[in-house]
Amino acid sequence: MSDTNYLNVDYGIRSWLLTVDHKRIALLYLGSITVMFFLGGVFALMIRLELLTPAADVVQADTYNKLFTMHGIIMVFFFLIPSIPATLGNFLVPMMIGARDLAFPRLNLASWYIFLVGALFTLWAVFTGGVDTGWTFYTPYSTVGANTKVIPAAVGIFINGFSSILTGLNFIVTIHRMRAPGLTWFRLPLFIWATYATSVIFILGTPVIAITLALVGVERAFHIGIFDPAIGGDPILFQHLFWFYSHPAVYIMILPSMGVVSELITCFARKSPFGYSFIAISSLAIAFLGFLVWGHHMFVSGQSAYASLIFSFLSFAVAIPSAVKVFNWTATLYRGSIAFQAPMLYALGFIGLFTIGGLTGLFLASLGLDVHVHDTYFVVAHFHYIMVGGALMGYLGGIHFWWPKITGRMYPETLSKIAALVVFLGFNLTFFPQFILGYLGMPRRYHVYPDEFQVLNVMSTAGASVLGLGYLLPMGYLLWSLRYGARAPANPWQATGLEWQTPSPPPTENFVVTPIVTGPAYCYAGEEAEVV
Amino acid sequence: MSDHVGTLPAATAHQFDDAVQQRDASGLGMWVFLVTEILFFGGLFTIYTVYRSLYPEAFGHASGTLDITLGAVNTAVLIGSSLTMALAVHTAQVSRNRRLVALFLCATIVLGGVFLGIKGVEYAQKFHEHHVPGPSFHYSGADAQHAELFFCLYFLMTGLHALHMVIGVGLLSVLAVMALRGRFGPSYYTPVELTGLYWHFVDIVWIFLFPLLYLVERHS
Repeated sequence: MSDTNYLNVDYGIRSWLLTVDHKRIALLYLGSITVMFFLGGVFALMIRLELLTPAADVVQADTYNKLFTMHGIIMVFFFLIPSIPATLGNFLVPMMIGARDLAFPRLNLASWYIFLVGALFTLWAVFTGGVDTGWTFYTPYSTVGANTKVIPAAVGIFINGFSSILTGLNFIVTIHRMRAPGLTWFRLPLFIWATYATSVIFILGTPVIAITLALVGVERAFHIGIFDPAIGGDPILFQHLFWFYSHPAVYIMILPSMGVVSELITCFARKSPFGYSFIAISSLAIAFLGFLVWGHHMFVSGQSAYASLIFSFLSFAVAIPSAVKVFNWTATLYRGSIAFQAPMLYALGFIGLFTIGGLTGLFLASLGLDVHVHDTYFVVAHFHYIMVGGALMGYLGGIHFWWPKITGRMYPETLSKIAALVVFLGFNLTFFPQFILGYLGMPRRYHVYPDEFQVLNVMSTAGASVLGLGYLLPMGYLLWSLRYGARAPANPWQATGLEWQTPSPPPTENFVVTPIVTGPAYCYAGEEAEVV
Repeated sequence: MSDHVGTLPAATAHQFDDAVQQRDASGLGMWVFLVTEILFFGGLFTIYTVYRSLYPEAFGHASGTLDITLGAVNTAVLIGSSLTMALAVHTAQVSRNRRLVALFLCATIVLGGVFLGIKGVEYAQKFHEHHVPGPSFHYSGADAQHAELFFCLYFLMTGLHALHMVIGVGLLSVLAVMALRGRFGPSYYTPVELTGLYWHFVDIVWIFLFPLLYLVERHS
């Protein structure tokens, strides 16, 4: 074939490491976060292995503490937060808005290198003794108690934060300033709205966690009482600052996934989304309200009862824009011509699991019930339904959906459907028993437990093995498809969206001719026949 | 290609349609970056506010040990540097006088250097008085523990601010060289304008730091 695209334009290692092409940078990120994902996954499996039996037989308490800490740190900061924005977002934002690249391509490359440096610091901490504070770094344990590699891990997260900030900044400027002619805000794909909302959180939240972790480092290094009550500090202040970022960070993980699901549902139901503007605005509403609910992590930490009351109310309020999305997706499916392709299976899985995750979030936002289930496996199950059942399902669905565009190859459909089902079943088997365990009173972060909890724990561990297989499958067949997959046409799904109007894989400049947009997004055939 | 490089805008980068779009994007990028910066300092301001209200006595007394004169002089110096910065931007916008642009930039660098120098003198005083938090910290007033917290925040906040100043001086030095080479003029002055935004931001941070640390409820 004679036509050049962004992949075959140059093969040298320099052409990758010094690239400023957003599509190549997306692939650099894809490779690096996949490594981090499997590392975090290994820790998860070791946790589940230890919990197979009530006694401590694989690891002792200290090692167990390190396992769940490093699982959390790696998965949260080095996989979930960059996952969709840095890979699919990087690849798709310019393509979806008809631009040749992001506004600041060199900054984009710099953000990947910053990510790498942050990741290396954290890996250094992981492989030279580990960290045992929990991913939350609660003080004063993290500043005076823990005798582990807290500072390198915190430095890694601090550095990685700038990678997030630069990515968010790049997206905001690009979406504001570089849309194709005719592409007004309310003609934007819903994925762009979600990415925009995510970027706002990157910009506003990340600097706060950076400064907070820097202070943890200062207190640890110089023994100044910033957060340690024994030397004059206030540990609750740390929790306020930590959750001011880390609760919105949950929306950093879930919002892009919601954007992906909006794309998948419309494409495979062959309908324009029900209530486009509601879905679009609800992304911004989630980003906004998400900044006002951090106190629901602290109902039992000793914050004032009035603060808890308000945080409880606001946490319920976040359910409104979230529910708007779920109802609108469901209404979009209604009377749609639904095709159960693999990405759609992930999207449907997302809706179900996110709904369970969201509803149990309301349990936790209730002041009375939270006292009962706080720091139990109920919480663990809840946030895994959001972060894994939600964010990760959306990520995998998106990777499959855009795989033909990214690589120019089709993934094997049957195998992918099987993998999607394996992931869904494995996920539920892993985490649903944890709701029950938590409700019955099994606390999180212990490596031993009473005998009566064993049956549910065995189920969970069995589920984790299935889930692990479900993640290895795509890893295998997607790599296989790079060489043996069928060549992808420009638009294998007959999807709308500018990214499908250019060859697969796209040329370096994305479009041969800058597209001009004359109608709304999502004009699927059979509907109001508006000419695009 | 023309020899009069200085009169031409730098080439538009490949991702932009034209120079206007490029300028708009760069400007918005700087504003978004400054929003991030506000939140970055905002975390420290929040911590300071919380502890100030928890321990007003200790903070008031510790605040009394800071040198108001040096702080006030520094405030004046920094506001002066914002003036020269604004003049540099204005000159680049309206004229092709490369020497004048470079002159204003150099004046800004000098004033920034004076600010950092005075800050250094203040820090040195604190070292002599053993008011630097850490093992050698010594404080004769009441509630030494929370006074140490005040000094810790003082050093963190002014230190982070000074770090921004150092970065600003570095950026200005590059700009001054570019200005002398005639890179800026009415058709292309984005780097001067954006560095100006950054410099003013750093100035404004100090405008909040000075009263909060030196002036409010000061006991001596």
